[in-house]
Amino acid sequence: MKRALTVLSILAVFSLLLTACGTTPTAAPATTEAPATTQAPAKTEAPATTEAPSTPAPTEAPATPTEYPRNETIYVSGAAWGPASTWNPFQPGSLANTTGSIGFVYEFLFNYDPLTGKFIPWLAESGKWTDATTYEIVLRKGLTWSDGKPLTADDVKFTFELGQKYSALWFAPLWTNTGLKSVEAVDDTHLKFTLQDPLYQEWDNYLFNLPIVPKHLWEGRTEEEVTVGANEKPVGSGAYMYLTNAEDRNVWVRNDNWWGISVFGKPAPKYIVDIRTSSNNVALGMVIKGELDLSNNFLPGIATLADKGYVKTFYAKAPYMLSANTAVLFLNTTKKPMDDAAFRKALAFAIDVPSIVNVAYANLVKAASPSGLLPTLSKYEDQAVLAKLGYTFDTAKAKQILADAGYKDVNGDGFVEAPDGSKIELEVTCPSGWTDWMAAIDIIATSAQAAGINIKSAYPDYGAWNTALQGGTFDMTLNNWAQMSNTPWTLYNLLFRHPIQEQMQSGNFGRYANQEMFDLVDALAKVPTDDEAGMKAACSKIQELMLTDMPMIPLWYNGLWAQFSESSWTNWPSENNAVSLPTTWSGYWQMGGLQTLINLKPVTP
Amino acid sequence: MKKYFGRKIVIYLLTFFLAVTIDWMIPRFMPGDPIRNMLTRVSVSSNPSAIQMMYDYYAHLFGLDLPTWQQYLNFWQALFKGDLGISTYLFPTPVKQVLLRAVPYDLLLLIPAILLAWYTGNKFGAFAARSKWLDNTISPVSYVLTATPYMWLGILLAWLFGIVLGIFPIAGAYAFSLRPAFSLKFILSALHHWFLPFISIFMVGFGGWSIGMRNMIIYELESDYSHYLTTLGAPKKLIRRYAFNNAVLPQITGLALQLGVVVAGALVTEVVFSYPGIGYLLLAAIQNQDYFLIQGCFLFIIIGVLLANFTLDVIYVLVDPRTRRGMTGETA
Repeated sequence: MKRALTVLSILAVFSLLLTACGTTPTAAPATTEAPATTQAPAKTEAPATTEAPSTPAPTEAPATPTEYPRNETIYVSGAAWGPASTWNPFQPGSLANTTGSIGFVYEFLFNYDPLTGKFIPWLAESGKWTDATTYEIVLRKGLTWSDGKPLTADDVKFTFELGQKYSALWFAPLWTNTGLKSVEAVDDTHLKFTLQDPLYQEWDNYLFNLPIVPKHLWEGRTEEEVTVGANEKPVGSGAYMYLTNAEDRNVWVRNDNWWGISVFGKPAPKYIVDIRTSSNNVALGMVIKGELDLSNNFLPGIATLADKGYVKTFYAKAPYMLSANTAVLFLNTTKKPMDDAAFRKALAFAIDVPSIVNVAYANLVKAASPSGLLPTLSKYEDQAVLAKLGYTFDTAKAKQILADAGYKDVNGDGFVEAPDGSKIELEVTCPSGWTDWMAAIDIIATSAQAAGINIKSAYPDYGAWNTALQGGTFDMTLNNWAQMSNTPWTLYNLLFRHPIQEQMQSGNFGRYANQEMFDLVDALAKVPTDDEAGMKAACSKIQELMLTDMPMIPLWYNGLWAQFSESSWTNWPSENNAVSLPTTWSGYWQMGGLQTLINLKPVTP
Repeated sequence: MKKYFGRKIVIYLLTFFLAVTIDWMIPRFMPGDPIRNMLTRVSVSSNPSAIQMMYDYYAHLFGLDLPTWQQYLNFWQALFKGDLGISTYLFPTPVKQVLLRAVPYDLLLLIPAILLAWYTGNKFGAFAARSKWLDNTISPVSYVLTATPYMWLGILLAWLFGIVLGIFPIAGAYAFSLRPAFSLKFILSALHHWFLPFISIFMVGFGGWSIGMRNMIIYELESDYSHYLTTLGAPKKLIRRYAFNNAVLPQITGLALQLGVVVAGALVTEVVFSYPGIGYLLLAAIQNQDYFLIQGCFLFIIIGVLLANFTLDVIYVLVDPRTRRGMTGETA
């Protein structure tokens, strides 16, 4: 009996705990709202105004708030996949596990708007080629770092020259490859860059991708601190400043003294809470509950939710999302039968891309143009070439091409053998756990089998996949490493990276060796970016050779995954308001991500 | 006694050495290359020679350009200095810092859940074994609980209480609108976020422990010594106490082993409830071949398991007279 009582009492305690916790949420908001409005602004605004002219204190000032009022805070997810580990702007990509160091804190000479294809002067007021090898930049007046010091031409010169000094920095090729020879700070706002044999396309890319750092805080640092240091408490010139981070979030606070407020306007959210969700399901639940304002996770089935009005997307109907990058099927041209252009061409016709779009992605993506160029770069497509050499899903045509090239089923197993009689057994791969790609390569395999090509799908783990990709031991595999860009050269640089080496770490994984193609890509790289006709001509030649030889097969455009809620913030970009990109991905802040924040409007001011 | 523990300690030291060596070896047997994976995530348009330079620089930074035997010696040397290396996945955070930041979440979640589940589960199991009515109602529930795939149970809880009823949050360790502070609101928020992950682990554990205990008690009550005591006319209460004392032994072993691996975190809980912790990071470390983070995590698991086993040895001497007798028999 005594034992019964203890058990019962424990159960009772639990039910109490449960009800207690059950009631807190109703109580909590009441308590959170009240001090939120009274406390936060009082505490943050005061030091900001008083300390602005004084020493490095302004960065310290926002450390006071203990909570972020809902109407001043935007909650986002989809960029961070682990706890933040570095705020070093020279550690790009997803390595930082945080988004914003590059773009919020550190800014660029220019921003780029992929929707209009225009460069937006940012730190630079203007920039132009004064002759074929000299580029001159005029900086805006009154630029400041968040610690109050002025941002001058010296800081820009310093940043560029870091690449010359340290070869382990990602932009070191600016000096060794792009052709930069010297940077001269003429006065506080004028810079002169001298280049030799410049690669104009790449140069433009650097203009909106190289973050400028403050010389007065960086010049004393060692090589290791510059290249790989974590740079905690970053000081930059941008619209937001680092506030705090924890295992599952990174928090940024608006820089109310940002120089850009008078030029571009004040970003609406005072706080940005970038949330790391452990799985897409969680992100989905949070968007539906309105706890997440913008999710840049890939959420399968979002089409249904968007149709029912639970979430908003850029397009109200399919494909719902903007296109961010091209999923390309790389074929290992060093292996048989992928070394045969006819076989590759047959495969291009055999793959059931419509099913990938409709089934694997439930209409969240668009089929890619055979050129592989994103819709934002479609002006560089040569329609005549595409009409003549393009491909669509057509099993009969695939069979025809195979038969014409001498591939036939000798042993009667339903699959063709090579013209020399050898058996064809191939594998198409993608990393395990990438569910959308796994579904896609299943469709690739089954549709190829229908055309008589024996392909099976396999999902090695990421490390093994990556090793096979770079080491060239795969048969065929998916890759999408060329993001939205100002120039088609970015895609071609991925597809036709050269020279061919033992390890292909950043492109041309199928080791397509064709000097003619390499020369064409190099020629494109040297076309000045204001010579649109010249760029089109160069791209046309590349497309013609690419579609004749078919060394790899562009299949579909992966989306710029974005679903947002209008419960707290409105005026999101959409097809009717296509002014910027609704994204928080690293590398996209300068391509319209920040503009989206500037345009937002709070529901309850 | 001295000889018994002396021998145990030698065995533990040997096990430690071997386990840590295996811990060092296994990640290196995985296909792939941590630096290459790391640079892939950098994914910037650079020309090949630049990437090679970055590769060499990073390989040198991590000491991965040295011959394997040298790496192994360096590893032990660093280990004795308390240096666990730098994580490649969370570059450039030192592994020690990664662990120190993430593990507290797991400890605060797992230790109360495991201990409470163990205590209440055992009490309840012992109780249910003697009550037909309870045995017929609650025990089946326990069976269902412990047989439920945890992932599914977790998602169900998150969906029901987080989305449908909306009374619990579905992500985070505390409200995303708060900064850690020593205030009532923050503590309540942390508890509020903690509860669902906690109760999910508790429920599954409770089911398992109570079933185990129930079966053990029934077995003990049917054993010869119980019958003998009954025929001697011993009070029921006494017999039950003897049965409980015997039945609890395997449960203690189970508890110690669970506590030993607490540092490994609770991967599925962390994923389902988007709760911070080391489990998720360990998975990411394995996927990214982060040698150093994998090593660091497993080092603590090894230490945890060995400590748990050692504690068990001590506890058994205290709670199981047969162990004591065995020891004296040996020394005599």
